[in-house]
Order: sequence, then C-alpha cells, then structure tokens
Amino acid sequence: MTVRQSLGFIGRYLFIAFVLAFFALPLLWLASAPFDRAPSLAVSWPEFTLANFRTLVDNPYALESLWNSVLLAAGTTAIVLVLAALASYALSRVRIPGRDALLYTLLLLSSVVTGTAAMVPTFLLISELGLIDRQLGVILVLAGGLLPTAIFILKDFMDSTPRSYEESARVYGASSLQILRHVVVPIARPGLATISVWAVVQVWGNFLVPFILLRSADKRPAAVTMFTFYTEGGQPDLALISTFSLLFSIPVVAMYLFVNRRYGFRFHGGIKR
Amino acid sequence: MTAPLQQTDAAPAGQPEQPRRRTAVDDGDAAGLGRGRAAAFVAPAMLLIAVFLIFPAIWTLYLGLTNWRLTGLAAAEPEFVGADNYLDALNDPAFRTSLMLTLAFVFFSAVVGQSILGFSLAWAFRRLRQGIRTVVETVVLMAWIIPASVIAFLWIALLARRDGTLNALLGTEGTAWLLEYPMQSIIIFNIWNGTAFSMLLFSSALAAVPPSQFETAKMSGAGTLATLRDVVFPNIRGHVLTNTLLITLWTFNVFAPYLITAGGPEGRTEILGIYIYRVALKEGALGEGAALSLIMILINLVVASVYLRLLRERKT
Amino acid sequence: MAAITTHHLVKEYPGGVRAVDGLDLTIDDGEFFALLGPSGCGKTTLLRTIAGLESATDGRLHIGDRDVTDLQPGQRQVAMVFQDYALFPHMSVADNIAYPLKIQKVDKGERLAKAEDVGAGLSLDGLMARRPGQLSGGQQQRVALARAVASNPQVFLFDEPLSNLDARLRLEARTFLKRLQRDLGVTTVFVTHDQAEALALADRMAIMRDGRIQQVGSPREVFARPANTFVAGFVGSTPMNLHPAVVEGGRVSLAGTSLSLPPDTAGAVTDGQKVIWGARPEYLSWSPSTPAPDDDAVEGEVTVAENLGASVLVTVNAQDTLIQVVVDEENEPDIGARGWVRARPGRTLLFDAESEELLGASPGVPTVSAGTAGESA
Repeated sequence: MTVRQSLGFIGRYLFIAFVLAFFALPLLWLASAPFDRAPSLAVSWPEFTLANFRTLVDNPYALESLWNSVLLAAGTTAIVLVLAALASYALSRVRIPGRDALLYTLLLLSSVVTGTAAMVPTFLLISELGLIDRQLGVILVLAGGLLPTAIFILKDFMDSTPRSYEESARVYGASSLQILRHVVVPIARPGLATISVWAVVQVWGNFLVPFILLRSADKRPAAVTMFTFYTEGGQPDLALISTFSLLFSIPVVAMYLFVNRRYGFRFHGGIKR
Repeated sequence: MTAPLQQTDAAPAGQPEQPRRRTAVDDGDAAGLGRGRAAAFVAPAMLLIAVFLIFPAIWTLYLGLTNWRLTGLAAAEPEFVGADNYLDALNDPAFRTSLMLTLAFVFFSAVVGQSILGFSLAWAFRRLRQGIRTVVETVVLMAWIIPASVIAFLWIALLARRDGTLNALLGTEGTAWLLEYPMQSIIIFNIWNGTAFSMLLFSSALAAVPPSQFETAKMSGAGTLATLRDVVFPNIRGHVLTNTLLITLWTFNVFAPYLITAGGPEGRTEILGIYIYRVALKEGALGEGAALSLIMILINLVVASVYLRLLRERKT
Repeated sequence: MAAITTHHLVKEYPGGVRAVDGLDLTIDDGEFFALLGPSGCGKTTLLRTIAGLESATDGRLHIGDRDVTDLQPGQRQVAMVFQDYALFPHMSVADNIAYPLKIQKVDKGERLAKAEDVGAGLSLDGLMARRPGQLSGGQQQRVALARAVASNPQVFLFDEPLSNLDARLRLEARTFLKRLQRDLGVTTVFVTHDQAEALALADRMAIMRDGRIQQVGSPREVFARPANTFVAGFVGSTPMNLHPAVVEGGRVSLAGTSLSLPPDTAGAVTDGQKVIWGARPEYLSWSPSTPAPDDDAVEGEVTVAENLGASVLVTVNAQDTLIQVVVDEENEPDIGARGWVRARPGRTLLFDAESEELLGASPGVPTVSAGTAGESA
C-alpha cells in the first residue's frame, strides 16, 4: 500500500464511521429508552425493564390508534391493490387510444397534487361529502393519491410478463376471470407484493391527511396520536412515547426486511413515494 | 383505426347467409378481454383518481378566486373575489418569507445535502466490505422508512435543551438548538431523513457503469477526481437529473418539519406547506389558502414536467 | 380429427396492414402441415387466427365441418404450443399438463392421472412434481406438448416449436415431434422460418410472403419445382442459382453458352423472351473434361470452394456469371481450375423475367386454389 492508498483507506472509513454515527445517533434512543427503567431524552445504557410497555397498554389511545393505523393501511392497500391490478392489467393488454398519455398525465398529477399542496380542496371536498372525521374519507383520499403510481408500476410489471401465458390458457378455454385467477395474479405476485408493501408504508407513516381530516381522538391513527403525545399537555410521558414509537415503527421496518429477503427487492425509490 | 371498422361493416354484404357477429376481441388483446370489460376494469380506479385527485386540483383554481372561510359568514356564502387572493398572496411579505425559506430548505437539504451525501455513500460503498455496507445501508434506510411522527420526536429528543443527547455529547449543555438554529436544524434533519433515496439511486447508477471504463481510467493513471469527472459523471448524468428533480419535488412538499418546530420560532421554519396549513386550516382563510395551494401546485408542475420530459426522452 | 379450411381469410391490422390477405387453403385431416416464410410474412398471424387469438377481418374458417370463425379460442378444440412454451411458472409439471382438463372441469384425481399418463408417454415420468423453471429446454418443450396432447384437441398448432432449442437438441426434438404426430394422427399446423425444418417435418407445406401463399405442396415438389423465384431462393440450404437468360432459337442463352430448354417449357416460351434460368447447386455437376457437342455444359473457372462436410460448394465464374455447384468431396477442384458445369437432365427451371413465376407445366398460381396444388402425401 502506498501512502496515498492508506490515506484513502483511512479517509473512507472515517467518513463511513462519521455517517454511521450521524444516522444511528437519533435511532439509538428508539432502541434504549423503551427498555430503560427511567427513560430520559438522552441516549443511555438502559437499566433493563419491560415495565414501560405497561403504560402503553394503560393509555386509552395508544393501542386503539395502532389499530386505527392497521385499518387505514389495510383499507387503502386493499383498494389500491384491487383497483390498480385490474386497471393496469386492462391497460397493459388492451390497446386504448391515448393510453400512454393518460398514464403520464395521471402520474404527473399525482406527484404535483400532493397532500401538502392539495390540503385545502381535499379538506373541503371531504367536508362536502360528509366524510370529515370518518376513516373512509382518509382511505379514499390516500387511495386516490397512490393509485396512479401503483397503476404505473404494475403496468410496467404486467407489460414485462409474456402474453403467451394468457393466450395459452385461452386456447384451452379459460374465461377472462379464470385467466386472471389462475395465471395473471400468481405470475404478477411479486409485483402485487411490492405494491402492497409500498402502499402500507405510505399510509402507515402518513401524518398530514388523517391530521386534517380526522377530529376525534379515538379515530386517529398512530401517526397523529404519536404527535399529540408530545405536543399536548405538560411533561411528555417518555415511557409511553418510547414504547409507542417502537411498536409503531416495527411493522414498516419488518415489512421492508421481509420483502427485501423474499423478493430480493431493492426499492430504488419504489417503496416510499 | 377506421379502416378495420369499415371492413367489418362491409362484410355482411358478402356473406349474407351468416350474420357476422364480430366478437369484442381486439387487436393485441391477449387475454380476450375486449374493450367493454377492459373499460370496466379501468373505470373504478379512474373514478377514484378523478374524484380525489383531479377534482381537488381543479377546484383549487376556483376556490382561490373566492373569499371562502372555514367559519363565519363567508363560510356559508362565499363571494367571488377574483384574483384578489392571488395578488394578496404574492404581495404578502409572510408568503415571500415562507417561499424564501422553502427555497433555502430545498436547496440546502435536498439539492446539496441529500445528493452529495447520498452519492458519497454510494461511492464509498464500492470499496467497502459487504457486511459494513449492509449495516450502513440499513441504518440510512431506517431513517427513511420509520414514520415521520416517530423520527420527529427522535430529533426533538436529540436536540433537546435539557437532557438532549447532542448537548451531552458536545458538552454544550443548555443550547436550545431548535430555538437558536431552527432552520439549520430542520435542514440537517431533512438530510438525515431523505438521503436513503439518493444513496439507493446512485448505488444502482454506479453499479451500471461498465467496469472496463474504471479500469481504463485506472490504467491511464487517473486520480479519483479525474475518474469522477471523466468516467462516472458522463455515465450517470441521467441519474443525477432524476435524483435532483425528484428530491426537489418531494422536499418542496414536505410537512414533517411541522412535527418538530410547528413552523416556529416566530415563523422561522414556516416552509410553504406549513404556511398554507396555518393560513387555511388554522386561521380559516380557505380562499387564500387555496390560492396558495394553486401556486404550490404550479411550482410542482414545472418541476414535474421537466422530470417527466426527461424520463420520456430516456425511454424512447 | 378434422381438416382445416379457410375461405378468403383476411386479417387486417389497424392502419390497413394485411397480415393475411385473402387466403384459401385446405389442410387435410391428419396432415402435418408447415407454414414457412420469412418474418413478417403472416404465417404466425395465420396460425393465431386459426387458434382464435386473432379475429379474422373477413372470410371464413372451418375446422372439420364446424364454422369456427366467430368462436372463442377455447371453443375451437385446438391446442397450441407456443414458441416460449408458455408453461405456467407457478404450477408443477403435472398441474401444467392437467390445466386444460381443469378448465374442462374434470375432477382432480382423474385429471392428474391423465397428466401422469400423457407425461409418461412423452418420457416426463419422474419430473411431474417439478416446476418448469427446473427443467431443461427440451423437457419444457415436451411438457408443452404433453399439455397440448392432454387437452385432446382436433388440431395441434405449433408456433416455431423448435426455435428455442440449441442446435443439437433441435434435431432430436424434430425426430421426436414427427414420430409423435404420426402416432397421434392429429391434424397439425406448425409455423417455422427454417426451411430445413419445414422440409424435414411436413407432409405438405405452404410458403408465404406478404400475407399471401406463394406455393403449396409436398417438400419434394417445393424443393424441386418452386413456383417462383422467391420460393426458389427461400427453400434449400444452399441458394438456387438464378441468372438472367434469353430464349433464342428454341434454346436458352446463358453466360455465352446455348443450353437446351427444360423439357416442359418448350411450348411456354417464345423466341427473344427474357427469362431467369434456375438450377439448384445440388442438381449441377462439375467436370474438367471437354463435353460432347450435344451436352448442356457451361464453361468456367473455379473461384471459391466452401467445405460443407461431405461435399464442397464450388463457385464457378462463367463469363462473370457466378454459378454454384455442389461437388462430392472426392472431386473437389483446385482454385483456378477450368472445367464445365452440367445440369442433371430435367432439373433446370425457367422463370419469367417479369413475373418471376415458373414457366412450363408447373403448380401454376397456387393462391387460386391451393387444394389442387399438391396431392396429399
């Protein structure tokens, strides 16, 4: 090794060590505080206990809000998955005039009309529809925003699966729905899984839409309830916040790890946004 | 598209004995869906998109022209006020301040921060052991996928004046980072939050650079800078553009800093999204908020159309 | 079992491209029939139209005595083997073979037994539990065939069935395919762009160009008496010699030599007519000896010799006309040697220089009535 190479080597590892510290430092609290007998804001080696989870169970909103998050995520993902699968399949297989232009326009719109930029009309629309403070309203708004991207990604996926599978099934007499059930859905499964995980992650962490559309504390998802835990009323309960944060974060992290292992899927901008 | 239709129409004349029932089977229709069923498959998705995505966008245009308010007289019967809201917004120093803050936020946290850090990581990964690489990648990704309201609190805890981890580490007990350096704080926060995307994008971009080009550079004795300039950059120019435009768009619409600073102190972190939230939903000036929304949508539109044009050019 | 008949079949794509242009064709019951042509000639479209995957724009299509023109593919009782085999990757071999029976609502035990049975017949026993991804190319092809057989169709349709196999396996599979078709006796149509494959497999074949049939006939007929210069050039592993010539005094003048007319063209040509003289390199011979006066021989000089294994393809320059001759390996001439090219009697052809159609007693214009063009082998 020359001097220059050694310097490069040391520089590289110093840089990586610094970056690792930068990214890990805030996260460490999430690993230590939930298990600390006396959690503080600072990261410290915990005096191990599971007692903090007791406060979580005792809090009237904590588990309920997690359940609400599950509802929102499940509802939105189901709608996005079914509608996007049907639409992308039809768009991939039948020539509709202006199809590509339509898809690009929708994609453009969905990236332009974001939750932040469209919060005023969205709020008013949901009020007019009488869906304010109802989870259905949140689900529909989120699904509408996610659908264009979901259709776009899935159509790409459907385009890349050979048509001869379906043609073969057709020659043997399968109906359109049989083809969908026996052939298309099983073959598109990795794509559908990708879209599901992507949609769940989007909804799970979404703060703004439920924040402006839901009023009652018992309907709020975890993202909003978490926020109220540290903004509303006096001294924040660190035992509650830390355990709740952990429980709230685990599903998306686990899902990422699962999909990553199962489908060797690197998201490349796919999973979030 | 007209020729085959005419063909079909003309056919019965030649074959009078059998009325020609042309089934709905279309050209290139592998699944035999037919137009009707295809339309039925597409319709529900389009309906949802139309109602909850397209309609709000168009409605914004109209709302911005009224004095609609959340409560009071103008809530019941909003009046048409023309371009007043737009002119007010553009002339309002608060809006201009917010826009400037947003531009600074986007520029420093996304265009500079996330891009450079993301690229540096991807570059360093090339010569790093797989195990270390996986650890660093996972940690950076966690910062990206953990819900915003959780990471917001993690940063509040990190930067807290009393008991904060950062103060403990630096020995700067009592420094209120979020009050003294609010903008710097949310910029650093956003770099931390969003670098994963640039890292992933540039990792795949670098993996696609032909190894023979690196070897050629090495054999001609090029240093790191020369290699970056002559080999890497020409190869990943498209990725750099994609990355810049996407993270610009996303950062421009970010709402997460609200969870940390709520726009304060004294509006010093009131980026556009937070400003609209305050004007429209907290103070109830829906018409003015809609005007602001439209301005935001238009800015988004410019960035996004540049991006889509580039995307389409690369595809064809 | 059934014959396939098309009446003025037309398939037109949006934009007015006619992939199949007014086709009349009869494929006899039990026949192994090849559709041969360059890519884009409409052969695959014709096959897919027979399958029902494309709808005919005009004309009728019969399978047996049923008019299937407006039927969905599943109602036509046809089975198709695709170029990529289209085996469902998420199903086992057994489930793939049994799939047609599943659609026909045969109960599970029965259809798996049948799949086992058919699979065994195609030497797939022991592979039934595997997924297609775990099979070799040849095995995948046999699974696709087994699935077709299991559906018990009236017609088999094969789209380039051998093109995804490597060269050595292809010959093996070709023999296998021919035997299978002979054993089952099911009417079979297959598409190929490989003339050797068509010649080897088919009982009869149709050569297509631009959506029209150029010639229908047995491999022997098509090889020996191509209906026009296009077929002449397309069929045969070495291209046919095709050279402009003129009819003069009841003889053909080629490369400064006067040759006698092919026997069946005597009444079909007139003096001074411009023609194209055609002869397959396999039907020509080379000899260094001086010919007898009544011999039809063209003098020239050997310029190139290409080894074909047991024979040599020799290119002879006769007054700047390049004639190719297949010569036995023992008789390979030296480069630069001079000698004479002779044609086997009755094996030269004349084509009209304008229409490029074969002159003389010939299959005629095959598209008018393909059924009479060649007798069933």
